Amino acid sequence: MLRSLSIDPDKCTGCLQCEMACSLENEGIFNPARSRIKVFTFHEEGRFVPYTCTQCDEAWCMHACPVDAIKMNFQTGALEVNEKTCVGCKVCTIACPFGTINYNRVSGKVIKCDLCGGDPECAKACPTQAITYVDSDATGLEKMRAWAGKTDNAQHAAG
Amino acid sequence: MKYLVIGAGPAGVVAAETLRKLDPAGSITILGDEPEPPYSRMAIPYLLIDNIDEQGTYLRKDDGYFASKNIDVVVGRAESLDPASKSVTTSNGETLTWDKVLVATGSRPILPPVDGIDNEKVTTCWTLEDARRIAAGITPGAPVVLIGAGFIGCIILEALVSAGANLTVIEMGDRMVPRMLDDRCGSLLEKWCEAKGVNVLTSTTVKAIEPDGDAVKVITSDGQSVTANLVISAAGVKPNAEFLEGSGVTLMDGGIEVNQYMQSSVPDIYAAGDVAWSKDFSTGEFGIQAIQPTAVDHARIAANNMVTPRSVEHQGSVNMNVLDTMGLISASYGLWQGVDGGESTELLDEENYRYIRLQFDGDQLVGANTLGMTQHIGVLRGLIQGRFHLGEWKDRLVSNPLQVMEAYLAVTQGA
Ligand SMILES: Cc1cc2nc3c(=O)[nH]c(=O)nc-3n(C[C@H](O)[C@H](O)[C@H](O)COP(=O)(O)OP(=O)(O)OC[C@H]3O[C@@H](n4cnc5c(N)ncnc54)[C@H](O)[C@@H]3O)c2cc1C
Ligand code: SF4
Ligand code: SF4
Repeated sequence: MLRSLSIDPDKCTGCLQCEMACSLENEGIFNPARSRIKVFTFHEEGRFVPYTCTQCDEAWCMHACPVDAIKMNFQTGALEVNEKTCVGCKVCTIACPFGTINYNRVSGKVIKCDLCGGDPECAKACPTQAITYVDSDATGLEKMRAWAGKTDNAQHAAG
Repeated sequence: MKYLVIGAGPAGVVAAETLRKLDPAGSITILGDEPEPPYSRMAIPYLLIDNIDEQGTYLRKDDGYFASKNIDVVVGRAESLDPASKSVTTSNGETLTWDKVLVATGSRPILPPVDGIDNEKVTTCWTLEDARRIAAGITPGAPVVLIGAGFIGCIILEALVSAGANLTVIEMGDRMVPRMLDDRCGSLLEKWCEAKGVNVLTSTTVKAIEPDGDAVKVITSDGQSVTANLVISAAGVKPNAEFLEGSGVTLMDGGIEVNQYMQSSVPDIYAAGDVAWSKDFSTGEFGIQAIQPTAVDHARIAANNMVTPRSVEHQGSVNMNVLDTMGLISASYGLWQGVDGGESTELLDEENYRYIRLQFDGDQLVGANTLGMTQHIGVLRGLIQGRFHLGEWKDRLVSNPLQVMEAYLAVTQGA
C-alpha cells in the first residue's frame, strides 16, 4: 500500500519544524527558504497551512519535462527529479498548478518533495501531527487531489 | 489497429506512448525526418552551453526504450498523404499505411525576406544540426547578431552569451518578447541585457546582410552596420503541414484545424503540437501556441481519441511561458495583457528587477506577468485554469499581488 502525506492545517501551530527538518534532510542546512514543504501564514485568520506536492496523478511536472528528468519512484509513489538529467528549464514550475515544484538558483535545477524516499522528515518533525504519513486512501488526500480535477485540460466523457 | 505518428518531437513521442498504454496490441510507428533519436528542441540552449551532451536532449534516455515499448521509429520524411488509401508516402519512396494517423510535425523557422539572408553565415537555431553549426561558429569574443528577440530568440540569447558571443540583438518590436511580456517587463529585460553587455536594438529591422571577408555586415533599418561572424535568425516559424495539401485536411494559416478531439476535418487524421490550430483556454479562440506543455497536452488527448473516439475533450490549453535571460526569470500566463472591463494590479521593485502584474476579470484571475520570481509560480496556472472565484481574496491580491499562494489555498481549501 502506498503512503502519502496527509496535512491537517487545523493542528498546525506555525512552529516551522517541518521546514527545518526538510531543509536539513535535503540541503544539509537549517534554512526554511530551501524547504520543499512550506507553511503559509494567514495573519488575519490566525491560521497556518503547511503545503507541499501531493504526488498528484496528473503529474503535470513530469509530462511537461522536455528531457524526462522527472520519474515515478514505484516504491514510494513519489515523482522524483533526477538532478543529473534536469537542465533547469523551469517548464515544470509553470506547469504544476499547485506551485509545488520550484527552481533553485543555487543548483540551477528544480526541487520538489520526494517523500524522503519513503520516510518523510517533516511528518516525523511535526510535534502536533498536523503532518502525518498515512495510507494513500485515507481522508484528506482525496480532497487535495480533487483540486487537480479542476485544472484538467481534458474533459473525460462520462461512463 | 495500426497507428502512424508523423513527427518525432515531444508531441509524437508522448502520443505514441499514450497509444501504447491504451492499446497494448496495436501496431505503432513514429516517422520522423531527422536522423537523431527523438529529441527535444527545448534542450538545445543547454546543449550550446555544454550543460548537457546531445544525448541529454533525447526525449527518452534508455537504450532500446522504443523497442521495449514495441514502438517502431522510422527515419523518413512524409511527402504526401492520401486519406482514400490511408497511406503516407515518404522521401525514401516507402508507403506506410495506417488506420489512424497523428500529424505531429511541428513547425520550422522562416527566414525574414532580407537581401543576403541566404549567406552561409546565417543560420536558424531549431535542430541539433543547427546547434552543431552554432557551437562551431562561436568562439569567445566573436561578434554574433541575433535577429529576433521573441520567445525563442530570448531563450537562445542566454546560451549565446554564455558561450562567449559578443552579442547584438535586433528586434522589430518596440521591446523584447513583445508577445509574452508587457511594456514594463519587456523594458526591464532590455535594461538587464544592456547591463550585461548585450547590445539590444529594438524597433529596428534588418535591411541587408553583406559579405565582408570572413564575416558579414548586418545593415539595419536605421543605417547601422554591425559586423558578425555568425547571424542567428529567430524571426518566426511556420507549421510543417504542406505535405497535406490536396488531402482534404483543412488548414488554417498553415496549421491543421482540429476539433475538441484533436481530430482534423478528415476522420482518422488527428493533429497535435506546434502544427495544430487548436483552442486557447483563455480566449476560446483557435491558433498555435507553439509551446512544449501544450504539445504534450494535445498528444495525450489526441491519442485517447484515436483509441476510443470522442472519449476525451480538449478544453483549450493555457498559454504559458517561462524565460531565463542571463539570470533574470520572467513568466507569462493566459491573458497577461488583460481584458476589456477587467482590472489589474502590479507591484514593482525596479532596482531588484522584481515585478508582478495580475489581470482579473471580475473576481477571477485570467492572466499574469512576473519578473524575478521563482517560487510557487505554478499556482498562477492553478488559479487561472480552475477559474476560481476569488471573493474577498481579490481585494487582498489587489493590495498585495504576492499573496497568490495564500489566495489559492484559501479558495480551494477554505484555509
Ligand atoms: C531553441 C528552442 C527553445 C525552446 N524553448 C522552449 C521553452 O523553453 N518552453 C517551451 O514551452 N517551448 C520551447 N520551445 C518550443 C518547443 O520546442 C516546441 O513547442 C515543441 O518542440 C513542439 O513539439 P512538437 O512535437 O509539436 O514539434 P517538434 O518538436 O518540432 O517536432 C516535430 C517533429 O516532426 C518532424 N517532421 C517535420 N516534418 C516532417 C515530415 N514531413 N515527415 C516526417 N517528420 C517530420 C521533425 O523533424 C520533428 O521530429 C523551444 C524551441 C526551440 C527551437
Ligand atoms: S510537483 Fe505539482 S504536478 Fe508534480 S506531482 Fe507534485 S503536485 Fe503534481
Ligand atoms: S526544470 Fe528540470 S525537471 Fe523541470 S521540466 Fe526542466 S528539465 Fe525537467
